[in-house]
Amino acid sequence: MGIAATEKRSIGAFIWDYLTTVDHKKIGILYILGGGFFFLLGGLEAMVIRIQLIEPNNDFVSAQTFNEMLTMHGTTMIFLAAMPIIIGLMNVAMPLQIGARDVAFPFLNALGFWLFMFGGILLNLSWFLGGAPDAGWTSYASLAMDSPGHGVDFYISGLQIAGAGTLMGGINFIATIVNMRGPGMTYLRMPMFAWATLITSILILFAFPALTINLFLLMFDRMFDTAFFNVNLGGNQVIYQHLFWIFGHPEVYILILPVFGIFSDVFSTFSKKRLFGYTAMVFATMLIAFLGFMVWAHHMFTVGLGPVANAIFAVGTMAIAVPTGIKIFNWLATMWGGNITINAAMHWALGFIPSFTIGGMTGVMLGSAVADYQYHDTYFVVAHFHYVIIGGTVFGIFAGLHYWWPKMFGKILNETLGKITFWLFFIGFHLTFMIQHFLGLMGMPRRYWVFLEGRELDLGNFISTIGAFFMAAGVIVFLYNIIHTAIKGEQAGADPWDGRTLEWSIASPPPYYNFEQLPLTRGLDPLWIEKTEGNGKIVPGEPLGDVHMPNGSILPFLMSFGFFVAGLGFIYQVDHWLGYIALYGGMAFAIGCMIVRSLKDDHGYYIPKEELEEALVEREAD
Amino acid sequence: MVNQANTEEKVNAYEQERNKEEMKKQVISFALMIVLTLISFGLVASGHLESIFAIPILLMMAIIQVGFQFYYFMHLKDKGHGMPATLIYGGVWAALLTLAGLGVISWW
Amino acid sequence: MSIDHSLFPETMPSNPERATLEGKNKFMGLWFFLGGETVLFACLFGIYIALKNSTAGGPSSTDLFGLELVFFMTVLLLSSSLTSVYAMYHMRNNDFKKMMLWLGITGLLGIGFLACEIYEFAHYIIDYDFTFRSSAFGSAFYALVGFHGGHVIFGISWLIVLMIRNARRGLNLYNAPKFNTFSLYWHFIDVVWVFVFTVVYLMGMVS
Repeated sequence: MGIAATEKRSIGAFIWDYLTTVDHKKIGILYILGGGFFFLLGGLEAMVIRIQLIEPNNDFVSAQTFNEMLTMHGTTMIFLAAMPIIIGLMNVAMPLQIGARDVAFPFLNALGFWLFMFGGILLNLSWFLGGAPDAGWTSYASLAMDSPGHGVDFYISGLQIAGAGTLMGGINFIATIVNMRGPGMTYLRMPMFAWATLITSILILFAFPALTINLFLLMFDRMFDTAFFNVNLGGNQVIYQHLFWIFGHPEVYILILPVFGIFSDVFSTFSKKRLFGYTAMVFATMLIAFLGFMVWAHHMFTVGLGPVANAIFAVGTMAIAVPTGIKIFNWLATMWGGNITINAAMHWALGFIPSFTIGGMTGVMLGSAVADYQYHDTYFVVAHFHYVIIGGTVFGIFAGLHYWWPKMFGKILNETLGKITFWLFFIGFHLTFMIQHFLGLMGMPRRYWVFLEGRELDLGNFISTIGAFFMAAGVIVFLYNIIHTAIKGEQAGADPWDGRTLEWSIASPPPYYNFEQLPLTRGLDPLWIEKTEGNGKIVPGEPLGDVHMPNGSILPFLMSFGFFVAGLGFIYQVDHWLGYIALYGGMAFAIGCMIVRSLKDDHGYYIPKEELEEALVEREAD
Repeated sequence: MVNQANTEEKVNAYEQERNKEEMKKQVISFALMIVLTLISFGLVASGHLESIFAIPILLMMAIIQVGFQFYYFMHLKDKGHGMPATLIYGGVWAALLTLAGLGVISWW
Repeated sequence: MSIDHSLFPETMPSNPERATLEGKNKFMGLWFFLGGETVLFACLFGIYIALKNSTAGGPSSTDLFGLELVFFMTVLLLSSSLTSVYAMYHMRNNDFKKMMLWLGITGLLGIGFLACEIYEFAHYIIDYDFTFRSSAFGSAFYALVGFHGGHVIFGISWLIVLMIRNARRGLNLYNAPKFNTFSLYWHFIDVVWVFVFTVVYLMGMVS
């Protein structure tokens, strides 16, 4: 089996390999590719929004198109870009970091990816089939119920399918970390990124069911005339808001906690120091996750929940600043007195600290329920969450991509191009969003198609749009960097960064079985311990033996395709009987695939000891 | 019985004794669950209690019963169930918050 | 070589469902899934509690519910929980035939429960004209109880596939975890039902 990997293969075989793969590294790469594609799409939508707002009373796009653009921009960036790329990085790095050969459920891992991909495609098909969703990324029932056409139905079906995939990913990662840590890898020896993966996955597990139910309610109301949100029949639209934010607030921590993990690894690697306050960092992460579940109503201060509820949620919101502050200071202390290398990954990490702190500070401002009545639904809010999501998540993704690129592809991304990307993006980002705080304070409401002349909003919006072009330029340089690196990039060794954690102890890119022998972990930063106290090589934690591997399968792809067709069926069954055929046909096909999966035993296969021995000898020779 | 004799060869006597002991506990918890159910239904069927008293009692009965289900039927009390228990309690916590949100602060 | 997971009955370990890494993963994975399901049902319960008085002039909970049928359904589902415990008891004793017998009884009890539920829904729809669409209360009721019923349907289908697939090959370390995960899932359905009959039916009758 292993020999096949070294043979030269046709394009068809290559594609088939990726369609059927259950290898966590390949699935991670697929997630990053898919997420990257949707990131570009979401970016284009953002550019349309900013061009429309470059001058007062602009008519670059119609009001309807503008609504669709802003809805799809938010939805795409959160569900189809940021989260998948993060899950991709988790897939690539986490099993290697904890010394595992794969995730707990490789088949489910592939299924999760294909569900995300088909969900994303379904959502974006709406552009060609009569208009995209237009009720905002929150898709509040009050707007969504009245939205004509099928746009919101695409939102419902697409997110339902993609969300199911994410939930599977979450369960998979928790089981992996609980059951499959290598010998000696206790919980408190895991790298921060693995910790972040664990806690984020728990957040996914508890947050996504609320979204699932909410989408079901909206689907029943829109497609089957139920009365959850129909006020005439006693329905209650506040329920939608509650459920959305019970999901939505943990969701922002799902986006930010993993990149906290990435930054922790990047800071300690490039400062050549153990992460300062490791235990405090772990518990701060837990505390953020815990508090993150109890503050959802701060998105609803103006709904009229009353002063008592508002006060409780305001206090809870501000409390989150404490563990977050602990983290910021720990990162600073990690660098303090360290032997710092400032490369591209480190640029993003250093840029993150001030940018994210600004976002955190405006967060505390928004958390004050009284003041929030002024900020609510203005550009101040838009500026705030872009500071957190771009200044935190996107910077973190770029840092993570630079950091793990050599591990994924065996080549180091060009450092100079990386730094150019950073500066273009960093300047563009602050240019775009800093001014939006002030636009918001001056009273410019968010989600408006046009603004009027003579309201002193012209210059601010113009500057903001110029900034957006800088960010776009940064992304284009990054794309060029990828191509440049693929063609001319320098080959990376196993350990290009003088790393500290287990993933740097194996070849880049790693063999498909990751470790010939599972590594023995003797403490936090196991590779660094071996470098300083041992001979720089990880001690094996098990004797060399046959290695059990899962079989690849096309079923995840087919199953997701079935659900995709069923999703289309749900949308169109209200118009035409053909919809029912798609609905039942798609469902039957997906369920059939499940039954095939249940009936056919899949014991996996074994890599014989001899092959691993050969690989070991080869590695020694290098 | 032939089957019985067969079983004894397959699993050692100690294990079997332990399983039996466990089974006894499970049958007792089933009996208790049925009793709790009867009390709940009886309470409502009699129709004597005010709802302000009845509802807390009913909820209490349900929670005790679910406790039996989790700890005895699903073995949450056994060794190696630390993480499952953690995540179930986490889920219960998130569930309580959700119920509080939808039950207490969603008016109109 | 150990590609063949089936072991000789003589060497079956005391907890066959958790003896292999795959088994342990399945066991953990299902428990974590149940943690998520807890939140899923909490949302439905929350919606029901928020909307239970929004009858829009239609029938209310006191008009509709009867205790007898619900009590019967409860006994059916509780018993099916006990029978699946028996099945797992026989699995640990490595007695395949008895395990299958008790699993079969579990499935039949589940089908009985489902039949009662379908009868109940039909009764409400035909005799009271109380549907998914008639009021917010109706929507919330059918969503909560129906979601639970959907879980029962899924559980029964899962059980049938599992029993057919393994009918002829006895117990081994490959399929023991599968039976165990099913049993856990089935218990969880019962847990949810305890709250359904308490919150929906009993509390609906007292107020």
